[in-house]
Amino acid sequence: MRLVLPNPGLDERIPSHEDLERLEKETAADRPKWDNKAQYLLTCVGFCVGLGNVWRFPYLCQSHGGGAFIIPFIILLVFEGVPLLHLEFAIGQRLRKGSVGAWAAINPYLAGVGIASMTVSFLVGMYYNTIIAWVMWYFFHSFQDPLPWSQCPLNKNLTGLVSECERSTPVDYFWYRETLNTSEAIDESGGLQWWIVICLVTAWSVLYICCIRGIETTGKAVYITSTLPYVVLTIFLIRGLTLKGSVDGIKFLFTPDLNELVNPSTWLDAGAQVFYSFSLAFGGLISFSSYNPIHNNCEQDAVIIALVNGFTSIFAATVIYSIIGFRATEQFDACLNGNIMELLNAFDLAEGSITESNYNEMLQNLNSTVSGSGIIEGLGLNNCSLQTFLSDGVEGTGLAFIVFTEAITKMPFSPLWSVLFFIMLFCLGLSTMFGAIEGVVVPLQDLKIFPKKCPKEVVTGIVCLVSFLIALIFALRSGNYWLALFDGFAGSIPLLIIAFCEMTGVAYLYGMDRFNEDIKFMIGHKPNIFWQATWRVISPLIVLVIFVFYFVTQVSAELTYITWNPSSANFPALVSLTYPSWVYVIIFILAGVPSLMIPGVALYKLFQRCCCKKTGFNMN
Amino acid sequence: MWDDNEMFLFRSTVAYAMRRQLPGQQFSVPNIVVCNETARVSFWFVVMSPDMGSLIPKQQVEKAVRMSRGRINSAFMLTDHTLEFIGIAPTLASPYTPDTPPWLIVFGVVMGVVVAGIIFLVGSSVVQKKRKKKQKSTDNNAEVNEEHSAVNEGVYNMSFTDEERITRI
Repeated sequence: MRLVLPNPGLDERIPSHEDLERLEKETAADRPKWDNKAQYLLTCVGFCVGLGNVWRFPYLCQSHGGGAFIIPFIILLVFEGVPLLHLEFAIGQRLRKGSVGAWAAINPYLAGVGIASMTVSFLVGMYYNTIIAWVMWYFFHSFQDPLPWSQCPLNKNLTGLVSECERSTPVDYFWYRETLNTSEAIDESGGLQWWIVICLVTAWSVLYICCIRGIETTGKAVYITSTLPYVVLTIFLIRGLTLKGSVDGIKFLFTPDLNELVNPSTWLDAGAQVFYSFSLAFGGLISFSSYNPIHNNCEQDAVIIALVNGFTSIFAATVIYSIIGFRATEQFDACLNGNIMELLNAFDLAEGSITESNYNEMLQNLNSTVSGSGIIEGLGLNNCSLQTFLSDGVEGTGLAFIVFTEAITKMPFSPLWSVLFFIMLFCLGLSTMFGAIEGVVVPLQDLKIFPKKCPKEVVTGIVCLVSFLIALIFALRSGNYWLALFDGFAGSIPLLIIAFCEMTGVAYLYGMDRFNEDIKFMIGHKPNIFWQATWRVISPLIVLVIFVFYFVTQVSAELTYITWNPSSANFPALVSLTYPSWVYVIIFILAGVPSLMIPGVALYKLFQRCCCKKTGFNMN
Repeated sequence: MWDDNEMFLFRSTVAYAMRRQLPGQQFSVPNIVVCNETARVSFWFVVMSPDMGSLIPKQQVEKAVRMSRGRINSAFMLTDHTLEFIGIAPTLASPYTPDTPPWLIVFGVVMGVVVAGIIFLVGSSVVQKKRKKKQKSTDNNAEVNEEHSAVNEGVYNMSFTDEERITRI
């Protein structure tokens, strides 16, 4: 397809190949550089590999047919993830600018894409760092034995356990009451919880110190934050495999159900997971690759990072489900033993006469007499099924702070495992935040919002401070509900729109021929037919399909959220409420404003040009 | 394994508990009467007074057991969960509450390190900026002299000097 839209003045806005060679030789010192290739790869891996690999992918895998889910995941990784990744790396490396600078150079009307990326990075960064604050809270509490979430606290009279805790579980109580002190609806904001505020202060301070000088400092930090999660995952895998029931969990995860492949939502979820897992359209990847030497092989980097990300998802899923298998087996054993105890007490049988192995036949024997079956009915025995416990699939914060913490309390030396687990989550989250901060700070400098003399430390500090102040909303009693709102809307629709605009902008405004020439100049050979097909047609189509389905389902469905309400009838089951009407305004701000930046800025530039032409100035 | 010796031990511990509760009365093993034993290891027992031979009321026995519950449990190496007196709920031990919650200690350590790091990094960049400024002013003086003396050698191009330590795009 030779379709290229007219794009006057492109050559004046971007450095030519000769300029790039010259800049490379003279090693311009005013632009930061990576110390070595390893730093760059570790930073990109850290940005891509985040909490989603640990708590979203395993859930999707298990709920969409286990091992069968890996098929659409890998197919979409190849046709959607890798091309988009290669595109962003190549753009950044060629144009040597952050997201706003790069898109403004391609075409001034496209500057809105960069600004939209910046806005999304800012919004996502705010709530992501709050999750890191929660992780730190749990980390601080891991240095005691027994762990605070392993047992219910006593009530005021010391006569029994706190009722809210007794009716649910100690881990639920610790998460919903002692950590979040959650209110019952998003309208009831409650006050600021001081302990969450100081955890937020810690999280933002740690982020600030790591990002204080841009990639100079983050480049050093990623040696730890990007590698430590793999070490911890391996330790947990070895520990997990030695626990009872772990293999059941892994088998359950990977047992393929090929019927799921016919279900379109499987493919959509796989596509969405690939897309969000690669942290595309945030602007951070463009920025990171713009610090590379001009002849860096970005094609190879894209493939490596995609493979590492895919492998990490599958590896993390194995580890998580080995631990979940252990937990499910423990729950099953507890359930069964509870039943056995009831039977022994009711029929006054000797200890050890009913065991796990002969439970079913003993139950049948006892049930066969009339009086026996009457007693058994009165007992109300639980129906214990390992499958039910295993398919109690949880994702997101529920997985990390409820399910996994409960599993840890059942392991010997629990504080050690708890510390390791939360350090891993902290590193995963922090390395993603580096990319988000990069995606905010660099465009601010490109847009020249701050005076040129303003040092980077100050700009980063202001960004962190403003984000922290707005993120105080998550420290309210209703903070958890606000976070779920942000998670659902700020980081979903706008990113898909930005990615679509990126691909069409490069393919049809920048020109595929010119792009091919650039890549030939940078890495030595023209991109082959696979890249051509995916950049021009396949990847934009996939992104468009995902966007349309997402949009349609969100708009047509009634928006609800789940709440923790101790006074509800089905407690401890979570209550589903509909959002109040003013929340729709917030949703529009979160999802609509970044997306509307793209046409908005284009219109603004058009207006500026027409206006200035009238007054006789040439504002090209 | 539950046998007659264990039952003897149980009766003697209950007698000990009764002696502690009602000092003066010399309870001993024959005063503790057991009946309705089952294979489940559950049974009923009553306490007879040694002097008068009458039944001791239930509340007194409950009080006695409650007071000496720990000793009775440890005689059999059991816990409140595994040895149950129906009708006598165990009083829960008050939890150990340290003066400073341990999490605040960890928080203090982490924040201390972070703040020290920030001060160090910001301070070092400020110091280096000042040093560069000093150097730049001495360079400027040297260049003015050079320009005067090397007029025919071309113009010194200032645009590629490393002006500021602090990175900017």
